[in-house]
Amino acid sequence: MSIAANQIGVLLATLVLAALFLVSLGVGAGDVTLFGLWHGTAELDLLAISRLPRTVAVVLTGAGLAIAGLIMQAITRNRFVEPSTAGTAQSAELGILIVTLLWPAASLGFKTLAASVTALLGTAFFLMTAHRLPPTQPFLVPLFGLVYGSVLGAVATLIAWQLDLLQYLSIWSSGDFSGVLRGRYELLWIGAFLVVAAWLVADRLTIMALGRDASIGLGIDYARMMQLGLGIISVISAVTVVVVGVVPFVGLVVPNLVSRLMGDNLRATLPVVAVSGAILLLACDILGRLIRFPYEIPVGTVMGIVGALLFLVLIFQPRVRG
Amino acid sequence: MIRIENVSLAFGKTNILKEISVSIPKGGITALIGPNGAGKSSLLGLAARLLPLQAGDISVDNLSVSSTSGKVLAKKIAILRQDNHVGSRLTVRELVGFGRFPHSHGHLTENDHRIIDESLRLFGLTEMSERLLDTLSGGQRQRALVAMAYCQDTDYLLLDEPLNNLDMYFASELMKSLRNIADTRAKTIVIVLHDINYAGSFADRIIAMKDGQVVADGKPADIMTETALGGIYGFNIPVISVGGQPIALPFRR
Repeated sequence: MSIAANQIGVLLATLVLAALFLVSLGVGAGDVTLFGLWHGTAELDLLAISRLPRTVAVVLTGAGLAIAGLIMQAITRNRFVEPSTAGTAQSAELGILIVTLLWPAASLGFKTLAASVTALLGTAFFLMTAHRLPPTQPFLVPLFGLVYGSVLGAVATLIAWQLDLLQYLSIWSSGDFSGVLRGRYELLWIGAFLVVAAWLVADRLTIMALGRDASIGLGIDYARMMQLGLGIISVISAVTVVVVGVVPFVGLVVPNLVSRLMGDNLRATLPVVAVSGAILLLACDILGRLIRFPYEIPVGTVMGIVGALLFLVLIFQPRVRG
Repeated sequence: MIRIENVSLAFGKTNILKEISVSIPKGGITALIGPNGAGKSSLLGLAARLLPLQAGDISVDNLSVSSTSGKVLAKKIAILRQDNHVGSRLTVRELVGFGRFPHSHGHLTENDHRIIDESLRLFGLTEMSERLLDTLSGGQRQRALVAMAYCQDTDYLLLDEPLNNLDMYFASELMKSLRNIADTRAKTIVIVLHDINYAGSFADRIIAMKDGQVVADGKPADIMTETALGGIYGFNIPVISVGGQPIALPFRR
């Protein structure tokens, strides 16, 4: 991929995202028109309190999840894992559930902290196990992730069921942006910082994907990079689960699609992965708002269907050679 | 100089290396030969700090591999392991360019690009430099990996069976390139070889290992004899002389 073509790709993706951003500001049960914005304060309030925060939240979440998936795929050297299917999101859910039980009045920030800690523990266990699985069987890792994630999810469900908290749990297990208001989404900005952090170590992540021996041979502190990757994956997942709930597939399909089109040199592709993640999630969120207008379908549901379709395309489309 | 002192290695109850002591002075090509499971790859892995040292000490130019930082060693010693499975969709040029990481940390300078171009040329990759690795044959990919190790521009280059997957032409081209690098750039190359005739033809020194120990060590002329090879591999290997060059014929009974 030449640098010029690469820059055009980034530019194009950014334009698409900008267009979707404007559309997202305009779509919803309440009308927002340019005329209204000019004359009235009510529409301005709607924009500032609900529509803008929601749109920003979707963009931050989409970008963050795509990068978390990308990092997980690089450090496990496996294209078929992502945090929402490998136990990270489920560990985070479990963490929030425990905090809700022990300290119901805990702030959003504290819940995020607790979710991050459990996500970190859950993901660390996944990574440790993944590295023990034979590299000759690449499908064992995602399979193990699925089983592991399901077991953690089942534990969370069992606890919630016993204590009559199932409704709470469903808030976190299905991603939805309709509840996002000013003052209730700002934690997602942590994700943006982590995306930038990932970009700063993009070369190291590319080398990590070449394997442990190559990484150490090139002087990379493999263990520390592993911890950094683990931290970024866990915190992004935890913040997402706390603020909007689990959103599937973004971390799986976006990095794979970008890899097909642009390769795996992450210094070049990481920004594209972030922007594409935001585009995909924003498109799904707008779709969810339009299908049963003025009612909404949660983005987690829309993403589940769209993501599954994209994944099938990835599987059935022959690899582009060249 | 790579100094290996009393190095032992065991996995569980299996002793891989037994108190090995050997020094490899700067310059020239040293070939490591020996039957499967002799511990050649483990020894290279230890020298390049890919495996943790259990007993003994290894130093490269007086830098102990167990206590020197990875960043410093990455400019001193480069290694190519066998079984390199690269699943990343990178172009040949990108992969080879990552060999510059210890020096440039990703910000390639003019000098880096010059060394990348030279590595690509040296290993016959210039024409395919913009192709993705997953479109290459096994042998082409192998050459790309050797070029990446070379691109790291270290004084010491450790290669574990680099002739894997290469046809006769490229195997002999690769060995000639290595010979050339050793002679003109004063590089020290340690190479694990299974084809002892390559070792006999291109190396300055042959170290033979068997059951985790060094069983023979000397100039090719000393090792390429029926007695020595028979002792190393455990079966009779006739050696003939072609134009003054000893050639082993392990396939003739």
